[in-house]
Formats: sequence, C-alpha cells, structure tokens
Amino acid sequence: MSTDNNVSRRDFLKTTGIAAGTLVGGGLIGGLVGYNMNGKGTSTLDHGNGTTNEATGAPKAKMFFMNDRDFRVLSNATERIFPEDDLGPGAIGLDVPYFIDHQLAGQYGSNSKEYMHGPFAEGSPTQGYQSRLTRAEIFKQGVQKIEAEAQSRFKKGFSDLEGKQMDEILTAFQKGEVQMSGVTSAFFFALLRAATLEGAYADPMYGGNRNMDGWRMKGFPGHQMAFITQIEDPKFQKIEPNPLGNH
Amino acid sequence: MVTTLPSVDVVTVGVGWTGGIVAAECSKAGLKVVGLERGQKRGTEDYLNVHDEYRYAIRYDLMQNLSKETVSFRNNSKMRALPMRQLGSFLLGEGLGGSGTHWNGMSYRFLPYDFQIKTLTDERYGPNKLGPDYLLQDWALTYDELEPYFDKFEKTAGISGDEKNPFAGKRSNPFPTPPMKMTPMLEQFEKAAKNLKLSPYMVPSANVSEVYKNPDGETINACQYCGFCERFGCEYGAKSSAEITVVPTALKTGNFDLRFNSNVVEILKQGNKVTGVKYVDTISGEEFIQPANVVVLTSYVFNNAKLLMLSNIGQKYDPATGKGTLGRNYCYQILPGAAGFFDEQYNTFMGAGSLGMTVDDYNGDNFDHSELDFIHGGNIALTQTGTRPIGSNPTPPDTPTWGPEFKKQSIHYYTRSFGIGAQGASMPHKDNYLSLDTVYKDAYGLPLMQLTYNFTDQDRALHKFISARAADIMKEMGAKTIVPSAEITDYNIVPYQTTHNTGGTVMSSTPENGVVNNYLQHWDVENLFAVSAGNFPHNSGYNPTGTLGALAYRCAEGIINYSKSGGSLV
Repeated sequence: MSTDNNVSRRDFLKTTGIAAGTLVGGGLIGGLVGYNMNGKGTSTLDHGNGTTNEATGAPKAKMFFMNDRDFRVLSNATERIFPEDDLGPGAIGLDVPYFIDHQLAGQYGSNSKEYMHGPFAEGSPTQGYQSRLTRAEIFKQGVQKIEAEAQSRFKKGFSDLEGKQMDEILTAFQKGEVQMSGVTSAFFFALLRAATLEGAYADPMYGGNRNMDGWRMKGFPGHQMAFITQIEDPKFQKIEPNPLGNH
Repeated sequence: MVTTLPSVDVVTVGVGWTGGIVAAECSKAGLKVVGLERGQKRGTEDYLNVHDEYRYAIRYDLMQNLSKETVSFRNNSKMRALPMRQLGSFLLGEGLGGSGTHWNGMSYRFLPYDFQIKTLTDERYGPNKLGPDYLLQDWALTYDELEPYFDKFEKTAGISGDEKNPFAGKRSNPFPTPPMKMTPMLEQFEKAAKNLKLSPYMVPSANVSEVYKNPDGETINACQYCGFCERFGCEYGAKSSAEITVVPTALKTGNFDLRFNSNVVEILKQGNKVTGVKYVDTISGEEFIQPANVVVLTSYVFNNAKLLMLSNIGQKYDPATGKGTLGRNYCYQILPGAAGFFDEQYNTFMGAGSLGMTVDDYNGDNFDHSELDFIHGGNIALTQTGTRPIGSNPTPPDTPTWGPEFKKQSIHYYTRSFGIGAQGASMPHKDNYLSLDTVYKDAYGLPLMQLTYNFTDQDRALHKFISARAADIMKEMGAKTIVPSAEITDYNIVPYQTTHNTGGTVMSSTPENGVVNNYLQHWDVENLFAVSAGNFPHNSGYNPTGTLGALAYRCAEGIINYSKSGGSLV
C-alpha cells in the first residue's frame, strides 16, 4: 500500500470534476446541509432517524476550537482526506469537523484513559505514542502548523489554497517533513486521518456521520438487533441504516 | 490505616473466567470464597446499547484504563523500556468477566502435540530442531489428562461445534450444542479447502447456536449474528462469559462474596505460606487485608506475574544466566494470512465472533517440518465476525491511504473483501520475558510490568510459510486480487494483533522448570495457586480460552483437594 498520494489520485480529482476550490471556507459547510447521496433532492425524515431534525442537523457550535480560522483549516483538511464525490458527502458534509471538535473537548482530547506519566522519551517506533502532549494539544498545534505551512509555502491561508496545494501540505505532514514540537507531523496526520474516518462512520449521536450518510455510502446498516434470518442468504442485503438512538 | 477483615477459605484476585470458575467450584464444595475484582460490576443489562463501534471498538470502553496501570515495553534488553501509553497490540480487560467479556468466543482445545511438544519434537526431528535459544518444554500434563476438564469447560460454556476435525484430540463427549450457521462466505471457504485436500470444520464457538442450559442451571441464549462480539459485551446473553455462567453459579451458593473496585497490591506471606492479600478500595482509597487459607491469582497474564514479583515469591528469570522461572517463556502469537478482493458483494457486516471455518492441516505437528526451519504452525480460518465501518477500510495494493481514491476503494471493498487468517504458534525464546520496570509506576506507586519481546526467526519462517498456505486457499476461493501478509520484522506494540499473551508463570513437572505444578499450585508456596494463560509454556496456533478454562477447572479441583488434605498436590 502506498503511503502518499500520487499523480493518479489528482487525475481522479480532475476526472470526477471535484473542483478543490469549492471546498473553501466555512460558509460552504452550511451549504452542504441536506446533501443527498443519490442526488435526488433534499433528505427527509423517512429514514426513521430519531436523532436530530435533519433540516437543521445537530446544532453547529464549537466546544474546542476557539476561532473560525483554525476550525476551517481542520474542516478543509478532513475534506481532502475524505472528499465529497459521486458516492456521497465528504467529511464536511458529514459534519466530521464538528465530531472532531467535540471529541477534542472530552476524554479523547484529554487522554484520560492513557498512561501520561513521565519521564517522556522518544523511543523506537515499535514502542508507540510517547508524546507528553494530549490529543487536544496535538490537534491545536497541528492545525496551526498546517496554516503556518500554507503561509510559508504559498503566502496564503490554508483554506484559500487550491486542492492540490492542500494535498501537498498534508502529504508533507504525513511524511513527517513538517517540524512540530513534542510530536511528529506524521503522528499528527495519522491521528487526523483516523479521527476523520471515525467522524464519518461513528453513530450519528457523536455529531458526525450526518444523516447516517457515511453508513449509507458504505452499505453498513448501523444498529440492527439481529441478522439471524439473513445470515445464510447468498444475496447481498441492502438494509436501511438505523442509529442507536432508535434502540 | 489498613483494616484486617475476617479470614475466609479462598480469595481470588480477579473475577473473569478463571476467578469465576474457581469461585463456582469452590463455593459449590462449601468453601467460603471472596472474589476481589478491581473493575466494576457489569452484566447483560449493561450491554443493551453496545452496538456502538466508536465507543467500544475504537475507544475501548470495556478495557483497562491505562491511566491507572499499563505495561512497559522494549524489543530487547539493550533498549530502554517505555510505557505502552495507549492500548494497541493487545486489549487488556478490566471489570467483571475480564477480557472474557469482550472475547470473540472461539473456544479450542490445544492439540495433544502441544502438551508434549518437547518430547514429540525431539522424537521426530532430533534434539536440535530449533537450537538452544528456544526454551521448549513439555507441559506438566498430557492432553488426555486434561480432557475431562476441557469437557467440563465446554459444558459450562455451552460451546457450539462439529466433530469434523481429524487432527483433534480424542473427545469424551460431543460438543454441547450444534455448530453455528453456515454462510455463503464459509461455504466458499469449505469448498476451496476441500478442493485443496484440507479438512475444514466449524470454529468451536461460545456464541451459542441454540438456547442452552448448562449443568449448573445457567441459561445461555441463542446467538443472533448481530456482528458485535469482539470488544463488546453481548446484549442477548448469548456469548458465554463468566458473568452469565460461573459468577451467578457461585453467588447462588451463598458462599461467594464478590467485591468490586478492589485492587490487590500484594500477596502477604509468612514463612512458607501465604496468609492473604492486601487490596485497595479504588473508590474510597481505603486499604484492606483479606486473610485466606488459600490465595488464587486469577487475573490476566501480566498481573499474575506482577503480583508474584512484587511479593517476592519465586525466583525471577534472569536472561543472562538462564536462572529463575518467574517471567520466563513469555509468548504471543503471530498472524499470517492473506487478504482477498472479490467482485461479488458479501454480507460482511453480519456475523458473530466465532462464526467461521478453519483447517488444522498446517497446525501443530500435523504436517512434516523436516524440510522447514520452524516447528508448529497455526489454524487457518475464515471468520465472519462482522466488519464495521470505522475499523474496516480495505483497499487493494497501491491505493493511497487518503483522498478520493481511498474513499472510493475502501467503500467499494468494504463488502467485497475479507481475510483468511492464521493464529501462528509462538515458541518461548530466552530473550523474551517479563520483569518489573525500574522507572515507571502504576497509580498505586508500584512498578509496571515490563515486557521484553521480539519476534524470533522461528516466527518469521512460520509466518511466511503459513501466509502462503492462506493465499492458496484464497486463490482457490476465486479472489480477484490476493495479498499475502507482508513478512514480519520486529514486533510493534502499536497495531492491534491479538490478546493472546501467554507465559511468565508456566506450569512444569519439576520445580526447576516452572512456577506452578499441574494443579497450578505454586511450587514454593503450597497454599498459593496461580491460573492464567501465563501457565502455558508456549502458545499454540489457537485461541487460548478453551485451554485456559480447562486449566481453571483443574486448578479448582486442586484447591478443593488442598483444602481437605493440605500439602503438595503432586
């Protein structure tokens, strides 16, 4: 498996007509509300999703990030990782940035279940996470480093860059080429990538996976009581997803 | 101030499968038992909202809180050991039921070969097959001696299975319940395996195939194939675990006092016997001494070894001299396999933790190793455990790890790919061991358990060979793209591999070769027992819980016998 993005994926960008520039800015986040994967118009309540009012979604407010610039950087970075395409919404349309923001404000962000006592030493990669920083501290620094990297490379804010410029920066983070303090940029990127997928596919009660469209794209039916009557069936079962909130 | 409590017959340190089995058997026999569980009370009613991948499978809600205690790790003794700050390679349990709450439920019996591995390997291949760095030894009992205890565990847990494995040890009884349901994926595996002249059989399962009442009168419900087993508790009470079987059995006797939030920090010893344990109430912070006639260590591999080391009981292993047995023979498992990508779509999200088919043709000594530079092998299985969307993002080789192509491929192949995987046996090596860390401490000021471990040449050779066999089956199944697992180099504690840690407190036929005898009674201290997968002198090519359950029943019998007559049981 390759570890970086190559030319072929940029070609894919072109051929699918996803213009990276359209992903700019916080305003667009709201603009993607109600996006429907089948392109058949506005989503409705007929999925039986009891979690939120789909016309408005979960209230969009920030628990962790303090300014819009940082949050937009996070949002655009997650969208590059998990973009909108003909299958359905990307990270922004799925409210992944809000999911990450909320997680960073809680136990996940404060590493409350991790061993965080010193002494801290770098160690070997086989020994894993040895940073003195919490995830919240890593994200905060990482997002600001992304912005600083955009300024230094392109003399623009990250959120004003073309898609391929964003990818260049994210790839540099992924490869550990950007200097961060107390953690490597590769580790931050791995965390960001993982959190993006978590936000796309976690139960909607966490604030991401808006309208269960992450599950719907993937063919995962969410919370189902039993498959005992279907497990032997040779046919693939298309099942409308169900959230835990309907339990 | 430490409060000393009234003395009891037996105290168990930890209440999962082993502590529960010991508690049930001893309390039924009329002994007064106290169970000290450092985690919380939990049971089926607490698992009603368990279909939450993020909370349980990704953030590990049922597992050990590492902020209180973890292990430290290094690949070899020249490296500085550093704490495992996040869960990764293995998932330590915490709370009633221990890791037996969030297991998949695969319940095998180790092979007759395993119990006499040294003797049988030497007989067939000569005494130098692996060389002197590998600390191979026979177990302290044979398969036939352990068979009645296997039978007992399987009846307690209601294990579902067939009797089609030609390599299995002799059984005194059939499986208590019929095998799980056959699925299209499994049928395809079965056909391919048969075409290759292999002998497929259904994975023995503690996800019980039909409602079952065990000999103690506990009911286990029928599995609903919801696909949430490993890392989850079962909301149906359909996955056998201590909290729905042996724990209620013990409680019904009136002889079992189960205490939660009770973390044992020391085994108390006077002369040649132990007198009880000291524990901390993790809520109030109060310290207690629980005196007991018999102390039984029934926690996980690491904690059993740690308590013995902290309490200075037994001689710690020194890799420089080879002396000492406590901490020696730490083993793990290696995971050869092959991923397959298909055009057809499968219901991969449905399943059960132990729903699968497997072959033992390349396990144990079921095939000739004369021309191979390793011994043993692994069971090779296709399991349909239920894949979930955060954890399962399969992509064919050369797909980027993020961006549009990643999204497209990972969504496409979520329901069009699966793996055939083996659990590769792990042989003890002189450089792999457990000891006390000299720097890092737990929440009670005690040293962390330190793990010094790396893969061996035996592991690397086995991995390569078995991965190729898994790929053969995948090819026969008709996969469009087949990706055998990459060859292994150094052990890495970050990615999840398996919670099948073994060794450190091994059983042996003589005091020189292990920590406990074949009743899991400590060689040096007759009223101290220690039962866990730490007793395994090596790790086999199977999940360990079936064999561990059998050892726990053996241990319970030993405790009951000891309580009558005293002295060494062997």
